[in-house]
Amino acid sequence: MSLAFGGVKALSDVSFDVRKHEVRAIIGPNGAGKSSMLNVLNGVYHPQKGRITFKGKTFGDMDPHEAASLGIARTFQNIALFKGMSVLDNVMTGRNLKMRATFLEQALWLGRARREEHAHRRSAEEIIDFLEIQHVRKTPVGRLPYGLQKRVELARALAAEPELLLLDEPMAGMNLEEKQDMCRFVLDVNDHYGTTLVLIEHDMGVVMDISQRVVVLDYGRKIADGTPEEVRHDRKVIDAYLGVAHA
Amino acid sequence: MKEDIAALDTFPKLLMHHARVRGDRPAMREKDLGIWQTWTWRELADEVRALACALAELGLKRGEHFALVGDNRPRLYATLAAGQCLGAIPVPLYQDAVATEMAFPIQNASIAIAFAEDQEQVDKLIEIQPGCPTLARIIYDDPRGMRHYAHDRLVPYDKLLEQGRARMKAEPGFVDAEIAKGSGADRAAMFFTSGTTGVAKGVVHTNTSLIEPSRVAAELEKLGEDDVILAYLPPAWIGQNIFSCAQAYVAGYCISCPESAETVMTDMREIGPTYYFAPPRVLENLLTQVSIRMEDASSPKRWLYRKFMGVANRVGGAILDGQPVGGFDRALYALGDLLVYGPLRNVLGMSRVKVGYTAGEAIGPDLFKFYRSIGINMKQLYGSTETAVFVCIQPNGQVKPDTVGPAVPGVELRFTPGRELVVRSPGLFREYYKNPQATSEVKDAEGWFHTGDAGYFDADGHVKIIDRVKDVGALADGTLFAPKYLENKLKFFPYVREAVCFGHGKDHVCAFINIDPEAVGNWAEKRHMPYSGYVDLASREEVHALIRECVEQVNADLAQEPEIANSQIKRFLILHKELDADDEELTRTRKVRRRFIGEKYGTLVNALYDGSPSVHVEAQVRYEDGRTGKISADLRIAEAKTFAPAAARRAA
Repeated sequence: MSLAFGGVKALSDVSFDVRKHEVRAIIGPNGAGKSSMLNVLNGVYHPQKGRITFKGKTFGDMDPHEAASLGIARTFQNIALFKGMSVLDNVMTGRNLKMRATFLEQALWLGRARREEHAHRRSAEEIIDFLEIQHVRKTPVGRLPYGLQKRVELARALAAEPELLLLDEPMAGMNLEEKQDMCRFVLDVNDHYGTTLVLIEHDMGVVMDISQRVVVLDYGRKIADGTPEEVRHDRKVIDAYLGVAHA
Repeated sequence: MKEDIAALDTFPKLLMHHARVRGDRPAMREKDLGIWQTWTWRELADEVRALACALAELGLKRGEHFALVGDNRPRLYATLAAGQCLGAIPVPLYQDAVATEMAFPIQNASIAIAFAEDQEQVDKLIEIQPGCPTLARIIYDDPRGMRHYAHDRLVPYDKLLEQGRARMKAEPGFVDAEIAKGSGADRAAMFFTSGTTGVAKGVVHTNTSLIEPSRVAAELEKLGEDDVILAYLPPAWIGQNIFSCAQAYVAGYCISCPESAETVMTDMREIGPTYYFAPPRVLENLLTQVSIRMEDASSPKRWLYRKFMGVANRVGGAILDGQPVGGFDRALYALGDLLVYGPLRNVLGMSRVKVGYTAGEAIGPDLFKFYRSIGINMKQLYGSTETAVFVCIQPNGQVKPDTVGPAVPGVELRFTPGRELVVRSPGLFREYYKNPQATSEVKDAEGWFHTGDAGYFDADGHVKIIDRVKDVGALADGTLFAPKYLENKLKFFPYVREAVCFGHGKDHVCAFINIDPEAVGNWAEKRHMPYSGYVDLASREEVHALIRECVEQVNADLAQEPEIANSQIKRFLILHKELDADDEELTRTRKVRRRFIGEKYGTLVNALYDGSPSVHVEAQVRYEDGRTGKISADLRIAEAKTFAPAAARRAA
């Protein structure tokens, strides 16, 4: 992958793979290009060079709509929920692509629309149950504390029944307790739904504990790729984070 | 009709009766996946029959005990009833008990089969299994998180039901035959009570001892099939079993199970129960939340609230009691009902409550009055696990804040010269399981049960309970020292969550106090006082001063009562951590274990009495997963002002 914005090289020849069912972390200092990488996978940015191969099919670049229908879902770093809508409604929007009933059918509440609504409501409720947010089901999302909003964000992404879930700093801004809860949910998702996870994370503890393999980016380049243990002891990674004296 | 009722002398027979007579009426409701799901009596009976077959296949026999641990779920109640069909005896356990606490009941009753709600409970049972060799099978309801568990001992509920249905097809008459073998005198359930001292004891109740008082009380309050109750208290507690199970089976009303502990308030609003029980603590919390939210409201609303609560305070209770009230006041109250009390009842979820009980400990008169003044028929009752709850109930129209009411019809009671209350009734437990010594200590040869509570009859013949008999003591100068009475007076303040008083044999009374983190936290925030958690808040000087004011107000009150004026609280300290059932400082029903606390914090008690201005404390705490840790802090000790006793009334 290579991605540039004018003179700024966000990504330079970054290549890595993600195995099915694994938890892959992307780490790196600020500005390394992690979010850009995710945005490329999701189709928000179009790379100048590179290919994405997902489930055997190769794409020069991705369209967000295409990504979603392929089964790639994501969460956003700064929360992109509909603040005025309730939690339940937000989670239901995640089912959007699975709704087959036409506008007219839904407006007139005809047979297919009704059956679909029940089925989608059921699956949304199961996710709400899974992520333990029943007690705020009807609360407008804007009124929830940050930690809960992040969970609703995750719920909405799960509602699309993704095969690949991209998480952009899911633990940002959380205290220890909230992080532990979120870790548990992330692992539960991987275990229960079998979803493959790619997550960007700054908290090294979290990365070491829950990811199976790690990619390290620095200034748009990949500088390490391996298990958390390997990466932690890699000289280049340590230098990138701690800095190197320039003689 | 009368013989019909008499023939229904066991719970399974009552269940089948409702299935025949009101099969389509709702028996249980549960909020699942956001929607209230209903089981009719017929559906419940059907599932219970299938389960009974399945339990028989698992090897459950007549006279055997089986355990249930979990929150209120229809499936838990269905399993309970299914076991009863076979003549087995359910033993519900507290779902928030630590694993080791659950071991004794299981060993004591040689339990082989247990129903666990979810992974948390299953984990605890698996943990204690080595010490409980009889435990062979664990039935679980919610499979979440248990995918990778070794399933040799575990049985999922759905599979059990399936097996049961298959057996029912093969032997359709099996369950009914088993039910017919049961009778009123058979044991129906066993409840372990840890009490405020000592080791747990299994209270054995028969069908009759649970059904009789339930029936009498249900008739007293005219409970019928249209009533609804929200089952939110622990299933291990006798009250939960009586209000939300036994009485439901007697009167045929609907038991609604909330989605989770966090959603109880919302669920209550959605269900609108007509029959309600809450311990005073819960009522207090509700009022605190209402007050906190009122403080944040706009000033017109606050004005409305103040004005109309004033009206309610004056005439609300009287209107509820059916006493004469002036026309103008009635009109004002009606307006208040529209603007304030109605919406308030709605927010509390109590719009349809036709009778609400509270019991377990004394309730603050202001708190009690608050609920009655806004039109909620809150009443006090008195009883215990050993008496199947109903010993005294306040009848409608005779509700007073400081008594528990007259005896329920069919209950005999009197006070011993030592002021202990003794009771004889059809609702008395049979015995403490495998503990004839403990049984004979409380049940005498003529069948009188010594409750251990001290009190007296008031002028109207209502019972007034002041304290536990063994806790009623005397100061060094002979003044009556009733610690619970003093503690309750302290707890009536929203800022005080818990209090423990010492003074027996001493010169004066001293106290430990726990602040209420929400109320005091709110108070601190309003004064722009930052704090970093409970320990910090509890150690602040301003909070100490606030609590001192409360103590002094109690002292002023006590000065008005000549017999106990000398038991005013001279010195007190604020504890650095909340007293907790997990640390064995409180019972599971949140009652204070005074002796244990006195021993555990012996250094603090000594510091209170030797005049030290402060004391350092290190205490062991138990975390929710059973691990232990240590907390240490420096506690300030303060003197509280005491008042001269009001002049003794001159002899007439």
